[in-house]
Amino acid sequence: MTYQQPQIDTSPHVSDEVRKTTCYMCACRCGINVHMKDGKVAYIEGNRDHPVNKGVLCAKGSAGIMQVNAPSRLRAPLKRVGPRGSGAFEEISWDEALQIACDWLKPIRETDPSKLAFFTGRDQSQSFTSFWAQNFGTPNYAAHGGFCSVNMAAAGIYTMGGSFWEFGQPDWDLTRLFLLFGVAEDHDSNPIKMGIGRLKARGARIIGVNPIRSGYNAVADDWVGITPGTDGLFILSLVHELMRAGKIDLDYLARYTNAPVLVNADPASPEHGLFLRNTDGKPIVIDRNTGQPAAFDTAGIFPDLSATHEQDGITHRPVMHLIAERYLDPQYAPEAVSERCGITPDKIRRIAAEIARVAFDEAITLDHAWTDFRGETHKTMTGRPVSFHAMRGISAHSNGFQTCRALHLLQILLGTVEVPGGFRFKPPYPKPVSAHPTPHCHSKPNCALDGPHLGFVRGPEDLALRDDGRPARIDKAFTWENPMSSHGLMHMVISNAHAGDPYKIDTLFLYMANMSWNSSMNTRGVIDMLTDKDEAGNYVIPHIIYSDAYSSEMVAYADLILPDTTYLERHDCISMLDRPICEADAAADAIRWPVVTPDRDVRGFQTVLIQLANKLALPGFTTADGSARYADYADYIVSHERKPGIGPLMGFRGDGTETGRGAPNPEQLQRYIENGSFFINHIPEGAQYYKPWNSAYQDWAVATGLYDTPQPYVFDLYVEPMRKFQLAAEGHGDRQPPDHLRAQIKTTMDPLPIWYPPFEDVAIDTAQYPLHALTQRPMAMYHSWGTQNAWLRQIHGHNPLYLPTGLWQRHGFADGDWARVTSAHGAITVPVAHMAALNENTVWTWNAIGKRKGTWALSADAPEATRGFLLNHLIHELLPEKGDGLRWSNSDPITGQAAWFDLRVRIEKTTPPAEAQPTFDPIKSPVRQGPETLRWSVGK
Amino acid sequence: MHPAPSVITFTTLSGLGFGLLFWLGLGLPAITGWVAFTFLAVAYALAVGGLMASTFHLGHPERAWKAFRQWRSSWLSREGVCAVAALLVMAAYGAGLVFLDTRLVTLGTLGTVLSLATVFTTSMIYAQLRSVPRWNTALTPALLIAISLAGGALLAGQISAALILLPVAGVLQILWWVRGDTALQGSGTTLASATGIGGIGAVRAFEPPHTGPNYLLREMVFQVGRNHARRLRIIAFGLGYALPVLLVLLPFSHALAALAVLSHIAGILASRWLFFAEAEHVVGLYYGKR
Amino acid sequence: MTSLPEKTTRKLGLVIDLDTCVGCHACVVSCKGWNTENYGAPLSDQSPYGGDPSGTFLNRVHSYEVQPLATSALPHPSTQLIHFPKSCLHCEDAPCVTVCPTGASFKRIEDGIVLVNESDCIGCGLCAWACPYGAREMDAAEGVMKKCTLCVDRIYNQNLPEVDRVPACVRTCPAGARHFGDFSDPESHVSKLTAERGGMDLMPEQGTKPVNKYLPPRPKDRLDQPAPTGEIDILAPLLAPVIAEPTGFLLWLDRALEKI
Repeated sequence: MTYQQPQIDTSPHVSDEVRKTTCYMCACRCGINVHMKDGKVAYIEGNRDHPVNKGVLCAKGSAGIMQVNAPSRLRAPLKRVGPRGSGAFEEISWDEALQIACDWLKPIRETDPSKLAFFTGRDQSQSFTSFWAQNFGTPNYAAHGGFCSVNMAAAGIYTMGGSFWEFGQPDWDLTRLFLLFGVAEDHDSNPIKMGIGRLKARGARIIGVNPIRSGYNAVADDWVGITPGTDGLFILSLVHELMRAGKIDLDYLARYTNAPVLVNADPASPEHGLFLRNTDGKPIVIDRNTGQPAAFDTAGIFPDLSATHEQDGITHRPVMHLIAERYLDPQYAPEAVSERCGITPDKIRRIAAEIARVAFDEAITLDHAWTDFRGETHKTMTGRPVSFHAMRGISAHSNGFQTCRALHLLQILLGTVEVPGGFRFKPPYPKPVSAHPTPHCHSKPNCALDGPHLGFVRGPEDLALRDDGRPARIDKAFTWENPMSSHGLMHMVISNAHAGDPYKIDTLFLYMANMSWNSSMNTRGVIDMLTDKDEAGNYVIPHIIYSDAYSSEMVAYADLILPDTTYLERHDCISMLDRPICEADAAADAIRWPVVTPDRDVRGFQTVLIQLANKLALPGFTTADGSARYADYADYIVSHERKPGIGPLMGFRGDGTETGRGAPNPEQLQRYIENGSFFINHIPEGAQYYKPWNSAYQDWAVATGLYDTPQPYVFDLYVEPMRKFQLAAEGHGDRQPPDHLRAQIKTTMDPLPIWYPPFEDVAIDTAQYPLHALTQRPMAMYHSWGTQNAWLRQIHGHNPLYLPTGLWQRHGFADGDWARVTSAHGAITVPVAHMAALNENTVWTWNAIGKRKGTWALSADAPEATRGFLLNHLIHELLPEKGDGLRWSNSDPITGQAAWFDLRVRIEKTTPPAEAQPTFDPIKSPVRQGPETLRWSVGK
Repeated sequence: MHPAPSVITFTTLSGLGFGLLFWLGLGLPAITGWVAFTFLAVAYALAVGGLMASTFHLGHPERAWKAFRQWRSSWLSREGVCAVAALLVMAAYGAGLVFLDTRLVTLGTLGTVLSLATVFTTSMIYAQLRSVPRWNTALTPALLIAISLAGGALLAGQISAALILLPVAGVLQILWWVRGDTALQGSGTTLASATGIGGIGAVRAFEPPHTGPNYLLREMVFQVGRNHARRLRIIAFGLGYALPVLLVLLPFSHALAALAVLSHIAGILASRWLFFAEAEHVVGLYYGKR
Repeated sequence: MTSLPEKTTRKLGLVIDLDTCVGCHACVVSCKGWNTENYGAPLSDQSPYGGDPSGTFLNRVHSYEVQPLATSALPHPSTQLIHFPKSCLHCEDAPCVTVCPTGASFKRIEDGIVLVNESDCIGCGLCAWACPYGAREMDAAEGVMKKCTLCVDRIYNQNLPEVDRVPACVRTCPAGARHFGDFSDPESHVSKLTAERGGMDLMPEQGTKPVNKYLPPRPKDRLDQPAPTGEIDILAPLLAPVIAEPTGFLLWLDRALEKI
């Protein structure tokens, strides 16, 4: 009998149409193909042509269909009718909503614009939102970088004009050894996964440095289960070993870094530690060819790493000398750091040796001729195929800035930045501090701010202080407490506004920031601050406006809700002015466009801001005749010019053929849509490496509009602006820190990377709180709340606290047990689980799984609300009192980055409560609960 | 496996029903007319009732007829074919007994064989599954046939046969339990072989794929406490085999006979609950539940 | 018909690289999305916004910890964590097919893909019992058995560009840990990968002859291992000190600069 089988249709209809746009399920910004059937979203896949994801897509991206159709979507503008926090709202029209907002904002602008605090969370339009805030005139604007990763960003830019994160990448094709520090699934997630896949396909070695061996660390060939907060010490020990063995790239250091720059070495001099500069202000080096001083960028010189120089009776020493003195010190020997880091001296040495072996014995040479900024032409490009990547794990500590700096020091000593096989920048980086703005904070009634809010201070003169020395910004960014807080301090806004310190505000305006839940430290405290009333019975923070697309925990704490669209219903631009989607080989930007029309009375937040700006007649939004300059965000994207010829989008400018620079093109969005919603502009071959010093790259960058003139620079191993703050703390100069901060500034603002223990370790008795407690976002939910997503919440619907084996056994835990976890600030009671591949003194959980009852259109018995929990309850924005009458900030003293990975806890077994503790009252949901069953299919 | 009430009821009752039909086909007891009708009605109620119960757990009962198609390869299909054939043949045979007072021997013998075949095919549905090592043994058909014939004998009033078959079934039951308790271990299937990574070291399930439950966990990863299982085994053995033997050894009365039958059914239901609840499907290894 | 074909023309299947899978669940959700909209009934979800969310998935990613044995040379070996995606292995001797009473389950003669013809499925669940891998899930809303189709409605689909004619999970996998191809062709990418990397069967003792292969994790933590003869000699000289103390470094620096 012949074999018979059913006939099936192997070529069914796939979709009526594919609409290409940009994902927004996290910060990755992948290109997506949205398959449409009957006008509805049928399936989402990655766009193969897209520079970011090249066709692949993560779990979140594929689950976008459940996000776009989530029952938790807000449906119309809402006006609060019950007390704050109750969730009692009434739906109102957009006209009424905009009028209410204007009635609050207009008087503020006319009297004191700083009474508005406008902070955006997961905003991907910061160049626009900051432009709005600047034109409103308030100094109080930032996005969420202050509690996300400003340490990484600021350390990278101050050291080498670019950072990890999505702003640079390992040379995936050529690197042979990849060290991954503390990545808790981060920005650039698909590119990192793709890169790891490429390394694996080639059999290249990956070393993971992370207390937790999950995710990328699970596939790493070697795992370094480091003690949290000690990465800097480990890195400096590697530096120590490599320097002792002479395994550093002297040619690279001499040519491309400030290692040869001469530093005033006279402790008595008021300029001690500052660079010797010529009359043009250029740092001076000794030319090894002539032995004479010369500006660092003088044509034909070879800067000497070794020569000292006497001038006006003062000895000047090259930075290299200071580096040698600092890091050859035995305090950085493997034996000295081993116990603290939880890594054996042998292992530290073997890692250092492996780095040295690959960097120097496996050096690669590309036959690409190039000319450097001193005019010297090199026939080849040398590559040291060791690359590094890092983010949050090393960043969210109170020593995070210096730790990130230490890692850059290691990279640069090895000569592995911007070389084949090393770490490469993505446009618009490299971009030195000198090409970034300084912070601006001067606000006047009815005026735009005097410049961009956020920037990079060069010294005390750039701090955002009022004439009386008090902080100019509500978040106290750019003050002596945290001078280099380049991303602002969103996490301090509510507590400062509540305390009226440095001043009271009138309206708090937030976008996509779940501040009453997982985006705050001290969640309970923040809730109380948002609902606190003064003696007259008025809310201490008088008005709160919030925009979100979903029924998040924050909604209930606002007075006015401006409902946003989902990401498939809106225009957006992922701009070169902001955080673009470039690759190391290409500049690229992208758009979103409404591939589906909202079925609710909602509007894209950026368009709402334009409508508000038009009602308020904000200067940048109003033409000379007083009419509105932009109809909506799409109009802004196309017609806004930051400088003549330079707008939010790089591609299809002018007549549609111009790139980077060119007049606005009304057809631009249509051309982007036809091109897959992105534009890519490749860097010419000879310009792809050595970018900060490569004339070909510099010329390309000018033509593309990244700079107006070439901006070559050298890497700052020694960060002179930090030394200027130290000098101030030592009593030099006329802008002086308050006395209680002098010691901290002197210690922590070291111009060469240092390590110091996390502040919490010093502030508390670590014997009482012996454990480190960490969170990471699961890959299937990173950077997207996810809870409203019917598919993703099945993967991560609740989160145990993972305990290492020793702890598990000592406390006699078994599956199904619960524990009480106590920090210096609070306690939680949560389910536990055993994990062996974990640092022996660390516990951790998945972040932001826990939800509050009544939110996200979930039922009250949702596991997120009954078993899920947040570690946020254990963390405070301030350190415990230490008896000096002050409450010190729980943040990095340089950037103000929230130090939530400094958390120390103790743990005890407990009888399981009915629900994870603490519990919160349910919030009345502004939306209806989701259906009982989903049988999602649009095409049948 | 999840001890689904429908499947437990089906296998217990239909096994008993076909066991009774087995004896009736042999002409034991030799009955005709209304008495025969009553016996046949009981047998059909059990067998057909069991079959009906089994359809409760189908996703699409209305398509159940399609299950007769794959008798060449599928034990479930063969069971359906045998069951229907047995019921049809025994109906014709029964008609002879009830309406014609005639015992059509050939038809009866054929009915007996088909009834036995039905029980055997049912048992093979389980015995064939390598994925459930506890079931994957010749002892499974032996046990289920012995239970069916013993129960049938009790119902058919074949006391001497029951007195042999009940102890045989009881012994098989114990052998089956004893073997079953090491079956998973003996199968060679472990978390190491399931994942292929046992060569590196000891494998332990870490995070489940989803925090939420799923069909596999509900259907195949049922876990029963050791003490609970031991108690149930004692009950199953006592009620299913030992007590009926004692009861039929006592001077005959209808009440005692009925009690023996009820005790047997109760015991077999317990045994059958354990049959499923203790059946460790190897997929549980992937979930760290073995 | 639920007998198995004696031989299939091709043997299509997946290679899953356990050394590369980072456990991101991209394949899980991409599969859910494609198969909710395509082949057969949608993959339903029960209590999707409730207390016990549970839906049909054809591919799930487990994770396991492996503890290498302690030795005297390495008394505290690090535990390893391995992500483990699991879906239908399209076995050559697929027990799920032969148990099916209706012929709904079948193995395609042209490519060996194991499928369920849903219009014939009575939802008895026996095939799921027969599968040792947990590759089949009964859809609670539809009452039919769902399983990986190897995207049979993609891999031959004339409505898709040729490059996209691969299973959704393979197309989406960011790390490239999933490979699709024909195992009957010894020259295929999947056959070569299997040969080079020691691709293995899951539960070989079950006799199912899975088509899908798993590539084992490469040896880990070699920096912790006692150095095999020679290795210490490779690494140790790399860190031979060039100096004794800081001033010595400067002397070395000067000499080294002379050589540039």
